[in-house]
Amino acid sequence: MFLDLFFRLRSEGVPVSIQEWQTLMTALEKGLHQQSLMGFYSVARACLVKTEAHFDAFDRVFAEIFEGVEGTLKIDDKILEWLREGKKLPKLTDEQLALLEHLDARELMRRLEETLRQQTERHDGGDRWVGTGGRSPYGHGGQHPTGIRVGGEAGGRSAMKVAEERRYIGYRTDVTLDVRQLKVALRRLRELTRVGDASELDIDGSIDATCKNAGEIELLFRPPRRNNVRLLLLMDVGGTMDPYTNLVSRLVTALRETHGLREVRKYYFHNCIYDRVYNHPWLMRQHAVLLADLFAQLDDRWKVLIVGDAAMHPAELLHPYGAIDTTHEVETTGVEYLQMVRRHFKRCVWLNPDPPRAWYARTTQVIGQLFPMYHLSVEGLQDAVKNLVQGGRG
Amino acid sequence: MEHSFNRFTGTASYVTSPALRDAVNVAIAVERPLLIKGEPGTGKTVLARHVAEDLKMPLLTWHIKSTSKAQDGLYVYDTVQRLNDSRFGGGDVRDIKRYIRLGPLGQAFAAESRQVLLIDEIDKADLEFPNDLLRELDEMRFSIHETAETISARHRPVVIITSNNEKELPDAFLRRCVFHYIEFPDRHLMKQIVAVHHKKLEEKLLEQVLIKFYWLRELPEIRKRPSTSELVDWIAALMRAGITLEQVEEAIPHLGVLLKNEKDVTLLQKVMKQKTTVPNTWQQLGPRYTQ
Repeated sequence: MFLDLFFRLRSEGVPVSIQEWQTLMTALEKGLHQQSLMGFYSVARACLVKTEAHFDAFDRVFAEIFEGVEGTLKIDDKILEWLREGKKLPKLTDEQLALLEHLDARELMRRLEETLRQQTERHDGGDRWVGTGGRSPYGHGGQHPTGIRVGGEAGGRSAMKVAEERRYIGYRTDVTLDVRQLKVALRRLRELTRVGDASELDIDGSIDATCKNAGEIELLFRPPRRNNVRLLLLMDVGGTMDPYTNLVSRLVTALRETHGLREVRKYYFHNCIYDRVYNHPWLMRQHAVLLADLFAQLDDRWKVLIVGDAAMHPAELLHPYGAIDTTHEVETTGVEYLQMVRRHFKRCVWLNPDPPRAWYARTTQVIGQLFPMYHLSVEGLQDAVKNLVQGGRG
Repeated sequence: MEHSFNRFTGTASYVTSPALRDAVNVAIAVERPLLIKGEPGTGKTVLARHVAEDLKMPLLTWHIKSTSKAQDGLYVYDTVQRLNDSRFGGGDVRDIKRYIRLGPLGQAFAAESRQVLLIDEIDKADLEFPNDLLRELDEMRFSIHETAETISARHRPVVIITSNNEKELPDAFLRRCVFHYIEFPDRHLMKQIVAVHHKKLEEKLLEQVLIKFYWLRELPEIRKRPSTSELVDWIAALMRAGITLEQVEEAIPHLGVLLKNEKDVTLLQKVMKQKTTVPNTWQQLGPRYTQ
């Protein structure tokens, strides 16, 4: 049951290491959980989870594993001994280790569960069971969903209730987004290079030069380090993008507030890019900028971030004269223009505000093959930025 | 099984949640650094002071800046002073020891008693900064190259590290820490916190003040959400001005204390024009607040 916690957390993407597991063992050995499940909950979380983004995953796993366990939890030397068995394994790769520990854990878990079962019986003598009688699975007033009353500490909240409340859901990085989080993600977008005037005193260089000069002071200057990233932002506006207006505007705010980018330019389009983009979200004729002009002005050092849901009628992407705007007729298909963008700029990524499970539209899949596509979330943006800086697939 | 050690139980002027107390005690018992994160104004930095006070240990503080280096925390070799002394005379310049100044971490190691060391806002420093501290925090000793001297900790200090999440911390560093995220206090905890600062506040008035405060925090339009310290200041302002219960029920007086951003103030005015009413019961704030 306890090792289950370890493996389930790992399979939920919480990177729990053996080292952290041992920290938890030490803490339990010292009795820090004070024999209560609530205590165990907070001690385990403090030792195993290192970011609030994983609290929700921890809650889910905890609720699942300890479902039905009663409020007090005695961990005696014997249990600890069993738990420690995994530690004596020879050095293997993480995968092998995980596999081995898992096999080894079966017997361990069986014995543990037996002990705990006995414990429960001893503790409550059968009088604590309360029927759920067809009520909602999530009982109120301290009643556990499985029908076992959870004690917890006096006046406090029970671990299961805390875990099941899932109040850390808002801290998950795969869903939340505010400007500051976006800024943190964008901060990685940097390439420090020394360019421009030599205006910074190079202390190490000066010392070397001075020594070579037999103590006669010689000052060396060099250009300061600057972020050399140029970013081109292309945004889909209108139609299916309307629900995401707030989200996209937060991204723009974050970009504006991210100091140090060398240059940022932003243009708009509707559904797909054809021969022109627009410098205003109204997409009027006078706002148009020809793609050819853009290519002439911006070279392949520019990194491109395209924001759009990539969902449209297939004809808009794949057919000649496909633009949804009938006043704007071009023979070349949208996908060809997108390919041009892809070819001209070496580093391009596509940010899609739709959740990845909704990326089934045909056009989304075509575009997804053309550009590395990421979800417009903190995690997605982090990956996208990593791709822009280091280069990824394609 | 029984190990006796000092337990942190919270102090009279610092209200904690049980989970935070557990995290502090785990960190003390397993002798690992405690990493504290949380929204601004939730009391991350003052925690160290109260832990020190409660455990009756001296507190050393190391404020991290963007230019901080891990080495600064151990020791600094003051070469400029030595050069100055050698040119203008000022003691024995041959004795390099005189020019070695221990940093906060170095002082904590060298101290005669167990210390509480606060490393404040570790995320301000360079991305590699935490990694540079790993060995020293693990082994609890370091050597001074200039004098070939080794400083090892006589007592492992209680290390408390705060982070505002501006940069991600390296995994290797995180693995060695005990972690706690200070949540924004719920209304019950907030009542206790306010009571510490304002003892003579009328119950009904406090209730209204809190409803307004949480309502403001929940508005999605607000950019800089007011924090605990702003609430405490606001209550102080209200009490000074002698605001009555009726006034707080209808509107939000002295708004400037809560919202520090001009845009937020104009935004709120817009919202209030549209909705015309500001909530004055917890029910109006939604189910999360009525439990």
